[in-house]
Amino acid sequence: MNVHEFQAKQLFAQFGVPVPRGKEITSPESATEWANELNTPVFVVKAQIHAGGRGKAGGVKITKDKGAVAGFAKELIGKTLVTHQTGPKGRQVHRLLMEEGANIAKELYLSILVDRDTGWPTFIASTEGGMEIEEVAAKTPEKIIKESIDPAVGFQGYNGRNIAFALGLQNIEPTALNPFIKMLGNLYRLFMEKHCALVEINPLIITKEKTVVALDGKVSFDDNGLFKHEDVQKMRDLNEEEPLEIEATANNLNYVKLDGNIGCMVNGAGLAMATMDVIKLAGSEPANFLDVGGGATKETVAAGFRILLKDPNVKGIFINIFGGIVRCERIAHGVIEAAKEVKINVPLVVRLQGTNAEEGRKLLAESGLKLDVANDLWEAAQKIVKLTGKVA
Amino acid sequence: MSILVDKNTRVVVQGITGKEGSFHATQCKAYGTKVVAGVTPGKAGQEVEGIPVFNTVADAVKKTEADTSLIFVPPPFCADAILEAADAGIKLVICITEGIPVNDMVKVKRALRGRDVRLVGPNCPGVITVDEAKIGIMPGFIHKKGIVGVVSRSGTLTYEAVHQLSTLGLGETTCVGIGGDPVNGTGFVDVLPLFEKDPETQAIVMIGEIGGDAEEKAAEFIKKNVKKPVVSFIAGITAPPGRRMGHAGAIISGGKGTAVEKMKSLEAAGVKVVKNPAEIGEAVKKALGR
Repeated sequence: MNVHEFQAKQLFAQFGVPVPRGKEITSPESATEWANELNTPVFVVKAQIHAGGRGKAGGVKITKDKGAVAGFAKELIGKTLVTHQTGPKGRQVHRLLMEEGANIAKELYLSILVDRDTGWPTFIASTEGGMEIEEVAAKTPEKIIKESIDPAVGFQGYNGRNIAFALGLQNIEPTALNPFIKMLGNLYRLFMEKHCALVEINPLIITKEKTVVALDGKVSFDDNGLFKHEDVQKMRDLNEEEPLEIEATANNLNYVKLDGNIGCMVNGAGLAMATMDVIKLAGSEPANFLDVGGGATKETVAAGFRILLKDPNVKGIFINIFGGIVRCERIAHGVIEAAKEVKINVPLVVRLQGTNAEEGRKLLAESGLKLDVANDLWEAAQKIVKLTGKVA
Repeated sequence: MSILVDKNTRVVVQGITGKEGSFHATQCKAYGTKVVAGVTPGKAGQEVEGIPVFNTVADAVKKTEADTSLIFVPPPFCADAILEAADAGIKLVICITEGIPVNDMVKVKRALRGRDVRLVGPNCPGVITVDEAKIGIMPGFIHKKGIVGVVSRSGTLTYEAVHQLSTLGLGETTCVGIGGDPVNGTGFVDVLPLFEKDPETQAIVMIGEIGGDAEEKAAEFIKKNVKKPVVSFIAGITAPPGRRMGHAGAIISGGKGTAVEKMKSLEAAGVKVVKNPAEIGEAVKKALGR
């Protein structure tokens, strides 16, 4: 789960990571009100969407004029921002972060995530703040500093010194060394305690006043850890999520919307991905990833149908079930019942394999439903692609 | 011969009185697995299908000499359950549970380091040595005793591959599900040497997916150490970056962990990579010159 920059900064402040004074703004009036209270030489108004590249898309305004903030708020709220991370449709802005400006002396990059190879939380730092870190890693890998933290003992001072001296902080601003190291320890605490998947600060700045400040902030959370944190759950912004994905989650389905036109419904995540791949191989594009889980029932299949059919791009549906513990004749009953409830007006191919597959296929064939039945994965994929037409 | 588990493996099921635990303990036992004990705190003295239940894993080990544990307890209590098994002297812990917080696994993995215990999973279908022991949730009947070792990050996709191998008459030795989580116990590089050494295993099927670099590490290992033919399928060539595809670990982040990268590394290591998952079985047959 992702949160907005203003929420990330609230968490930073809570864990002792310095941030500019700022506040969430949802109207021009509240912008003026906060500007009066903030009383700073420079005001920064930042659109809050779950995507990077906001500055280039015109979503960040900087002004010395207190009177101008209401105008910026009016302009940005409701505006659709298109950045390299939003896709061509862009993302509508519903809220802003308004904060004091900072005097930047040096920009750094800092993040923490779990290194999958070692299974240890790992800091990534670079002197190339403000740049895309992937680009830095590709072009100048020597400028990427990595420091893994032993989870048995947690963050130690030497971890912080390793990072600080590798960055050359002693040359950049020696008085910032200790506050910087202390901040790293606080970030580690935030990362572990709140079950984060990623904490990223880009840029982290050294100000002309020699302080360390998180000028930007991105935090995403491990969905598996959310049950421990009610405060974090409350930060969820449904405006930022695909409506069909919200509906799927409510039905305990694992759904990701894609851009193709063949809807697929599969049991198991790996097989669901493989099914998407086979659709592509057969000459078309998948409209989604949908894992109905190990215990597919009439209800989950019906919910799956409803979600797939709400996607206007879907021109055909491919159900691929490998019955294991779940028996195929049960799935077949589920499909038949669900098809009665949900009107299916596109071609449907059902592939059943595994436990009681033959029985399931027979049930479907005799159901009177307009559908094609298949045994083999490749045969089924070719069938549905043929029925819906290849994409150019 | 086989790897990891066989007909002598003695299994304790943690979470045996739960819905999943009791169902699968019964299924495993019916397959012929020696399921000698179950554990649910506070339910000692009960039985599940003739399997005695204990309060602690330590009690179960003392009374039944269980050496392997199969875990079904819910995610919030899993770290505790894995560590309990390790402390009780269990040598192989197989954790089926999906949804364990990553940071819990970070701590568990660290705590198991250097100890004489192997963790398989979490978020996996388990391990089966055909006709000897089924320790997991896979459907037993699709397997046929044979010559192919299977190691995979996915559940149902493994069944798909196994079904093909069985139908073609090749059959399997042992199938190991290493699970779909970003931080797990046993990895490809731990299982590959076991298959390489196993005299019954003549070929290896490795099923990977997007996310992380376990497949790249496996490719490096295969290049240096594996003489047996390896056939691989990597799921997720159509998966968009930055989106989690069901499994917590199946995500392309920062441009890393794409299916194409993984396929390239494996091909460079001499692995036969199939693009169509329906062709895994045929590719193995061909690789074995049959």
